[in-house]
Amino acid sequence: MNGPLSTATIVVALLLGVWYLIRCALDRAPSNTDLWAMLGLSALVAVLVVVAVVGLITGDRPSDSTTFIGYLITTVAFAPVGFYLARLEPTRWGTLILGVACLVLPVLVLRLQQIAEATGG
Amino acid sequence: MADPTPARTRPRDAAIGTGAGRVLLLVYGIFAVSAGARAGVQIATKFAEAPLAFLLSAFAALVYIAATIGLAVGGTRGRLIALTSCSIELVGVLVVGTLSLLDKEAFPDATVWSGYGSGYGYVPLVLPVIGLWWLWRNRPGDR
Repeated sequence: MNGPLSTATIVVALLLGVWYLIRCALDRAPSNTDLWAMLGLSALVAVLVVVAVVGLITGDRPSDSTTFIGYLITTVAFAPVGFYLARLEPTRWGTLILGVACLVLPVLVLRLQQIAEATGG
Repeated sequence: MADPTPARTRPRDAAIGTGAGRVLLLVYGIFAVSAGARAGVQIATKFAEAPLAFLLSAFAALVYIAATIGLAVGGTRGRLIALTSCSIELVGVLVVGTLSLLDKEAFPDATVWSGYGSGYGYVPLVLPVIGLWWLWRNRPGDR
């Protein structure tokens, strides 16, 4: 859970988030590129979650595995929900939705890392 | 003749869950899920430790869920639901925030509203204010 994939996800999400906030400040609706970028981030997060699930099955389980699984479900669903809401809102606020979603994702990944570190014995 | 003003100006009867309201909808949704899940886990696994704090967590979660639904439903009823829950939320975060600082004993485990929502980047404190402002800005036209 603490590998380079998590770090990459956090960095990409933060960069995209800043990008969306700038675009929102400039009063731009989400462009096709913006929406595709969000889908790309969703795919990256999906890979991360799949890796975590495989780790759950094969490796050490976190002591609080219920919370961990809950966070995994939230995390994997999060970017697609942002994408869906942003598609409904073709104004600057749609771009802000993408930005908020991108800035919350790193928090979710960090929480996942915290929970994963506490492995139950 | 059609209204010549471009889409820049928001129609007065636009649904409260659109425009900036849709951003609010997303943020309220996040809090509904996170507060709800947190309360669920706390109550299911260690209710006896701090029943008051955990019941408060559950109550806060219900308020966030209500606000999300109110924004999503819209119309007179949705507005009323959102208005009520935003107001309860603002009072809740101020009262619980103050109590949690004055009497730490009563709140051994954190709730969303402890320390004015400091565990959540003070978003719980700012959110109801933005919510109420948004509902005020989009109040039905004076007749």
